[in-house]
Amino acid sequence: MNLNQVDLIVDKYQEKRTALISILHDVQDRYKYLPDEALKMVASRLRMDINEIYGVATFYKSFTLTPQGKHSITLCLGTACHVRGGPKVLRELKGLLHIEPGQTTADRQFSLNVVNCLGVCAVGPVMMVDRKFYGEMTPIRAKKIIEKLNNKRRGVKS
Amino acid sequence: MRRVNSVKDLEKWKNDILSKQKHHEMIVSVCGGTGCQAYGCQKVKSAFQKELTQHAMRERVALKVTGCPGFCEKGPLVTIYPQYIFYQKVKPEDVPGIISETIQNGRKVEHLLFEDSEAHRKITSFQEIPFYRSQVRLLLSRNDLIDPTRIEDYIAVGGYQSWAKALFQMKPTEIIEEIKASGLRGRGGAGYPTGKKWEDCKNEPSGTKYVICNCDEGDPGAFMDRALMEGNPHSVLEGMLIGAYAIGANEGFIYVRHEYPLAHKNAEIAIQQARKAGLLGKNILGSGFDFDVEITKGGGAFVCGESTALIASIEGRVGEPRSKQIRTVKQGLWGKPTNLNNVETWANVPLIIEKGSKWFSSIGTEKSKGTKIFSLVGQVKNTGLVEVPMGITLKEIIFDIGGGQQNGKRIKAVQTGGPSGGCIPASLFDLPVDFESLSQVGSMMGSGGMIVMDEGTCMVDVAKYFVHFLQEESCGKCLPCREGLKRMGEILDNIAEGKGNEESLSLLEELAEVVADTSLCGLGKTASNPVLSALRYFKPEFEAHIHQKKCPAGVCTPLIKYSISETDCTGCGACAKICPTQAIKGEKKQSHLILAEICSKCGSCKDVCKANAVMVQ
Repeated sequence: MNLNQVDLIVDKYQEKRTALISILHDVQDRYKYLPDEALKMVASRLRMDINEIYGVATFYKSFTLTPQGKHSITLCLGTACHVRGGPKVLRELKGLLHIEPGQTTADRQFSLNVVNCLGVCAVGPVMMVDRKFYGEMTPIRAKKIIEKLNNKRRGVKS
Repeated sequence: MRRVNSVKDLEKWKNDILSKQKHHEMIVSVCGGTGCQAYGCQKVKSAFQKELTQHAMRERVALKVTGCPGFCEKGPLVTIYPQYIFYQKVKPEDVPGIISETIQNGRKVEHLLFEDSEAHRKITSFQEIPFYRSQVRLLLSRNDLIDPTRIEDYIAVGGYQSWAKALFQMKPTEIIEEIKASGLRGRGGAGYPTGKKWEDCKNEPSGTKYVICNCDEGDPGAFMDRALMEGNPHSVLEGMLIGAYAIGANEGFIYVRHEYPLAHKNAEIAIQQARKAGLLGKNILGSGFDFDVEITKGGGAFVCGESTALIASIEGRVGEPRSKQIRTVKQGLWGKPTNLNNVETWANVPLIIEKGSKWFSSIGTEKSKGTKIFSLVGQVKNTGLVEVPMGITLKEIIFDIGGGQQNGKRIKAVQTGGPSGGCIPASLFDLPVDFESLSQVGSMMGSGGMIVMDEGTCMVDVAKYFVHFLQEESCGKCLPCREGLKRMGEILDNIAEGKGNEESLSLLEELAEVVADTSLCGLGKTASNPVLSALRYFKPEFEAHIHQKKCPAGVCTPLIKYSISETDCTGCGACAKICPTQAIKGEKKQSHLILAEICSKCGSCKDVCKANAVMVQ
C-alpha cells in the first residue's frame, strides 16, 4: 500500500496532535478505511502512543478499521426513520446482502452501515448510497436500488 | 471578491450588489437543501440552467440554489420571485413548462401549485399555505433568498450590518446587556440564558478565550441546525463575531457533525469568503479587533453534543465528558474560558442586535422568548422545518401547521427532546411549547425535534429504540449509564418479545431512576426520560405486552401475526410476488393465504396490497 498520502495529510495539519480526528478523517477519505500501517505512521509522526490512536479511531463511529466495499449503503435509523419503517428496510437489506450492519459483502461490492440520523428526517426513511440521498425508502425500493447496482456491475441493462 | 475595510465600504458594497441585482427581472430559486437533494433537486437545477441558456434568458432571470425553506415533504421546491409563486414536487421535465408559462408569459403552472386538500383549491404563494401561515419565520425567512455559497447574497439582505453596529456603536458590556435583556436562552436543549453565559465568560480574567458553535446536532429527528448551517452560514458567523467581541475571544470553532457534508462545505466556503472580504481575520473593518474561525469535523458520536465531550473532541481526544463542577466558561478548550452556543442560538444574535432586545422579548412567553425552529417529522401530513413563536400549543403545530394525521391513523403522541426527552400524549396537546411546560410533563424542549406518532407506533418499541440508541452512544465512562442502560434494554427486549413478567415494570422504573440520579453527564441523567414518560402515559401498552402477550400497534414482531382477509383479497398476487420467503400461496383471482410458519413478518405484503386485505394481529 502506498502511504505517501498519509505523510502529506500529517504535513497539512503541521503534525498537530490536536488535529488527530481531522487527520484520521482525511486518511479515511483517501483510503476508504483506516489501514493499520497508516495508523502506525500517524502515531510515529505525531509522537503519540499507537494505543491512543486506536482509542480515538474506535471511539468515533465514523471511522472504520476494515476495508470497505465498492458501494457504501448507509441506512438512517433515526427516530423519524424508525417510526416510518426504517427497520423493515434494514431487514430487507440484511437479507439481500447477507451481512449485518458494519460488515462488507464477501465480494467487496457492498458495505452496509446504519447511522442514528442523517438529518433528512422529513423524507424518511432515508438511505444514502455512495453519498447520494434517497428518501421515502421501502423494502421494495431498496431491493430495486441494490439490483440496479448489481446489474450495472454485470453489464445488464436495466 | 471585494475587501471591506470600514463600515462605509460595507455599505457601499451592499448598494453595489443591490444595483446589480436590479437587472434581474425574475429570480428562480431552487432549494438545494439535503432534503430536496434526496428528491433530485440537482437535476431540476441543471434543467433550469440549460433551458435559461437556450432561451438566452440568463441576463434577465437569475437562477439561485438556496438553503432549505422548510417544506421538505413537498420537495424539490422552486420559488419564482418577485411574484412569490411556489412550485412543489418539481421534476426536470416540468422545467420547460415553467419557462414558457411562468417566466415568459406570467401564467401559473397549475399542477405544480400546492393544493389545499380541505378547501380544494390551489395556492400560489407560500405565505398562504397552511404549513407556513402560522409560522413566524425570523431565522429561516432568509434561507430561500440566499445562495449560501455567495456572501454577496447575505450582504444584500443586510448581512453583517449587526456586526458593524456591535463593533462600532456598542461596548462589549452593552452587547451582553442587550442579549440578557432579550431573554434569549440556549437553543441546544437546556435553555441556559445566553447573556448570562457570555457575561460569566467575559468576567474570567484569562487573556485567551474561545467561542464554539455546536453544530453536532445528534438528536435523531432534528435537523434545524443543519438547515441553518447549510442555508445561511453567514448568519451563524455573524452571531459568533458579535459574541466573540463581547466576550473578548479571538478564536472560534465550529464543530460540525460528520453526517452533514453540505453543512460542512457551506460553512467552509462562508469562512473563506468572510476572510477574503475582511469580515473575519485581523483588524476587522479597521477596528483593531481580530477574530478567526476554524471548522472541526465530528466523528459520529452522540455524546459529543455535550459541551465537555465536544471540547475533548476538538482537542483531538476521545469524546468523554467530564464532571462539570468547574464550568466550561471558566475552564473549557485547552483549559481556557470557553463560551459554547448552539447554531440556532448564534443565528438569533444578529437579529437581536439589529432589532433590539425589546422587539425580541415581545415574542414568546414570560420565560421563553423569541421563536424556535422545530423539525416536524414522523407520522404527520406536512413534514419539514417550522419556526414558531414560543408558547404556541402542540395542537397548533401538529394540526394547523402539520395538517394532522398522515395515513388515516389517529395521532397518539409526539416525541420531543430526542433521546433525552419524552413522549407527550395527545391528551396534553393544548400544552404551550416552552422550556418549562415541556419539562413539567416529563419531556424537554431539546434541540427541537418533534416526532409525531400515530396508532401504528408501539410505545414499548419506541422506549426500546431510545434505550438501545443511548446504550450504544454511552461513552462508557461512568457505570450507571454504561451498565444501567444495558439492563434497561434487556428488560425492554424481553417485554417486546412477550417474555416480560410482573416484576419487569417495577424493576425498569427503579433502574431508570438510579441511572437518572447517578450518571455523570447529561446523556445519562436524561436517558431515562423516554422510558419514564412512556410508562407514565402509555402503561396499558406495556401491560398488554406482558399480560396478553399482544402488541396493540402491531409492531413487535414476536407478538404479531400477518393474515389475509378472505373477503377483501382480490387475488391479484402482488403479495405472493413480493414475499421474500414465499410464504404466500393462492390461485390467481382467488383469496390468498399466509403460511405463518414461513412468514418472516417483514410487512412487504401489507405495503403492496392495494385492497388493504393484509391484516396484522
